[in-house]
Amino acid sequence: MPEEGMEDSKGGEERPKWNNKAEYLLTCIGFAVGVGNVWRFPYLCQIYGGGAFLIPYLIALVFQGLPLLYLELAIGQRLRMGSIGVWNSISPYLGGVGVASMLVSFCVSLFYNTIVAWVLWYLFNSFQEPLPWSQCPLNHNNTGYVEECVESTPVNYFWYRQTLNITPNMETSGSLQWWMVVSLATAWSIVYICFVRGIETIGKAVYVTATFPYLVLTIFLVRALTLPGAYEGLIYLFTPDWEILKNPQVWLDAATQIFFSLSVAFGGLISFSSYNSQKNNCEKDAVLVGVINSATSIYASIPIFAILGFKAHTNYVTCLNGNILALTNEFDISDMNITVENYEQWFDSLNGTHPSRVSDLKLKTCDLQTFLDQSASGTGLAFIVFTEAVISMPGSQVWAVLFFIMLFSLGLSSMFGNLEGILTPLHDLKLVPKWMPNELFTAIICLLLFLMALIFCLGSGNYWLEIFNSYVGSVPFLIIAFFEIIAVAYIYGIGRFSDDLEFMTGHRPNIFWKVCWLVISPLMLFVVLVAYVAVQAQTPPTYAAWNPDYVNFPNTEVLPYPDWVFAICVLLSSVPVISIPLVAIYRLICCMSGRHSKDSLHNNPNPYANEDYVVELLL
Amino acid sequence: MRCLRMLVRILVLLYLAGAPALAQTLCQPNASNGYRVRISIKTALGNQAYEWNENEMFLFRATMAFAMRRYYKTETYNVDNIIVCNQTRRVSFWFVVISPENPTMLIPKADVEKAVSMSRHRINNAFLLTDRTLEFLGIYPTLAEPVNPDTPPWLIVFGVVIGAVFAGIIALLVSSLLQKRRKEKGMMEDGQDEEDRQMKGVENGINLDGIYNRGFTDDDRFTKL
Repeated sequence: MPEEGMEDSKGGEERPKWNNKAEYLLTCIGFAVGVGNVWRFPYLCQIYGGGAFLIPYLIALVFQGLPLLYLELAIGQRLRMGSIGVWNSISPYLGGVGVASMLVSFCVSLFYNTIVAWVLWYLFNSFQEPLPWSQCPLNHNNTGYVEECVESTPVNYFWYRQTLNITPNMETSGSLQWWMVVSLATAWSIVYICFVRGIETIGKAVYVTATFPYLVLTIFLVRALTLPGAYEGLIYLFTPDWEILKNPQVWLDAATQIFFSLSVAFGGLISFSSYNSQKNNCEKDAVLVGVINSATSIYASIPIFAILGFKAHTNYVTCLNGNILALTNEFDISDMNITVENYEQWFDSLNGTHPSRVSDLKLKTCDLQTFLDQSASGTGLAFIVFTEAVISMPGSQVWAVLFFIMLFSLGLSSMFGNLEGILTPLHDLKLVPKWMPNELFTAIICLLLFLMALIFCLGSGNYWLEIFNSYVGSVPFLIIAFFEIIAVAYIYGIGRFSDDLEFMTGHRPNIFWKVCWLVISPLMLFVVLVAYVAVQAQTPPTYAAWNPDYVNFPNTEVLPYPDWVFAICVLLSSVPVISIPLVAIYRLICCMSGRHSKDSLHNNPNPYANEDYVVELLL
Repeated sequence: MRCLRMLVRILVLLYLAGAPALAQTLCQPNASNGYRVRISIKTALGNQAYEWNENEMFLFRATMAFAMRRYYKTETYNVDNIIVCNQTRRVSFWFVVISPENPTMLIPKADVEKAVSMSRHRINNAFLLTDRTLEFLGIYPTLAEPVNPDTPPWLIVFGVVIGAVFAGIIALLVSSLLQKRRKEKGMMEDGQDEEDRQMKGVENGINLDGIYNRGFTDDDRFTKL
């Protein structure tokens, strides 16, 4: 059905357009490729048997990730509206899906930009010699180092005390940390400047933010491969453990990782593709974005693990050197006679001749494997493990600056999608007063988000961020994506959707896509959702608190969530998705009461009542 | 007279022979007023490590004498006042300091510690070593004063970044405003521009006045309630 001229069907209002295809693709890739590709995927690869993890990961990509991605890009491009408008168009009963998308994007923007603010704080502090996290500060009377720092490590101290100033538990809120507020304000200002003119400025910004991480990853790759211990790290990462595939947890984590990594169900992708012209091959775009996202994850894990291998090697050598010094001093052996290479022989001979003296020294067991096993993901990887590795590299400032600028670019380009998932639906709902210019509206939204995110700048902010991350950034998305697929495949109809795709791309979708949309993807999503909720329900809700007065300090203290906090967690998971049934019920009531719904998007008069034609009865 | 001179000579000889032996008994491992020194030259200097021999030991004793002179602000101390013993191949040894006035009296531990602490930097540099590789067991090195700049460096970087960002925001807002004003002026003067703008896909488009053409139906797209 030819529908040229439908471009301006909403009363002739102009929609912003991408300057060129490259900007659109880079924006989508930048949105999909985020900090999770760098600090979550390598960790999963490591704990789930290295190379073997790629199998469930790629299966999830092909059967779940790509169909969802194609679906979102297609409906956005065809219906040319943000998430709320799109779902209202497909089925007014499912308009709640769009509202849920917007609410979830709102919550995610809050905490995601706080992570970007932390990255900025570390970036600002990387321009010092020596790096502030490489040594402990002196205490008040300059007699020694700060006790908390001595008991843990300088890197831990800098993160928990000098950055977060974390409180011992969630009940203690602490006060606003002014340096965090300053970093957060900077982060929001930078987001605003990229959003000032909408996709015009975003399109320019992504030329840098989407490509710079690849440059830095390559630089790190070359540098990391020349460091000692890099190969041990890489071998450790990629050695496949095929037995792990029998564990269902692996499949669950692979599916959730692919899902959250592609950033579907945020509404941002729908918004971005709505600015395209309708005659655009979104099938190629979807496959391209999906494949590049996964390839980036795999590519990023190589330098990360080379550097982690280097760090393990450094720790191992330091541990051995401590033992060597103890032995040398105890037995008055000539300096540097015992080396890392001949340590074993010396130890055996000394232990044979003077076992009691050797055991009194309480030497540490140094095992490279133990050091390699010390893995971390998320903020722990970036701000603790990696910063520690960077100290041992020559020219630490350069590497620290490069690393944090890379993380900043990754986070910023993802923030574009998050914020777009809020702004475009609001524009489409025509909630913006006519007199308000877009720049002002964007500024108000950014200011509102900044003020709300100040709770993450409190002393207990990190604990709250973990809650948001686990409860908002997980189950609601699975539910929204499930309803998305059901809405398009069954309510809108796969036939009608195939017609639209034929109009846009020039050919009908092949059997693979149809089977995925109809059967495989909804099934996989449902299974993942149920399994995820079941696993979450079984794990007791606890969090790891940093308490200097804890008996086993520097280990974190595992505390249960207080009741009021747990209630908030449940609210965070359920309130965004509650809009789906609420809107359906509301529409049902409206329909049953016989009134036409006052939907501002369908303000078109009845096209069949063409008053220009008058039938005159000629008698 | 000659007997007396010979007696004096014998006594002097006995004293000269006996004094070092007497001094040696003063220096013992775990002596109450002695300190143990541990040196790790190869750790500090690697390939450029020098050999520890009698000359280096002489330099050590001279440096210690210098430290004592500096502490007491006198010029009475000499190399002979520093006695070393129990040298091992680690390299480690014990030393004591005897008073120049009374060769049997040892300088108390506390004073030696203060003297060493005062000149620690000079002693280290004489041997190209550091606090860690030239250890005086029992004397803890004073911690280095951290450099505390007046403005924390991160504030400077932050100031630069936020200044650039705000300048950019203001520049973009002003240019948007100017663009809009120019367009409004252009629209008032010349209505022909509307079509041009439509072709260019103007940002946040102008609401064109048009009449909805009821000849086109659109009902395929929307699911009826």
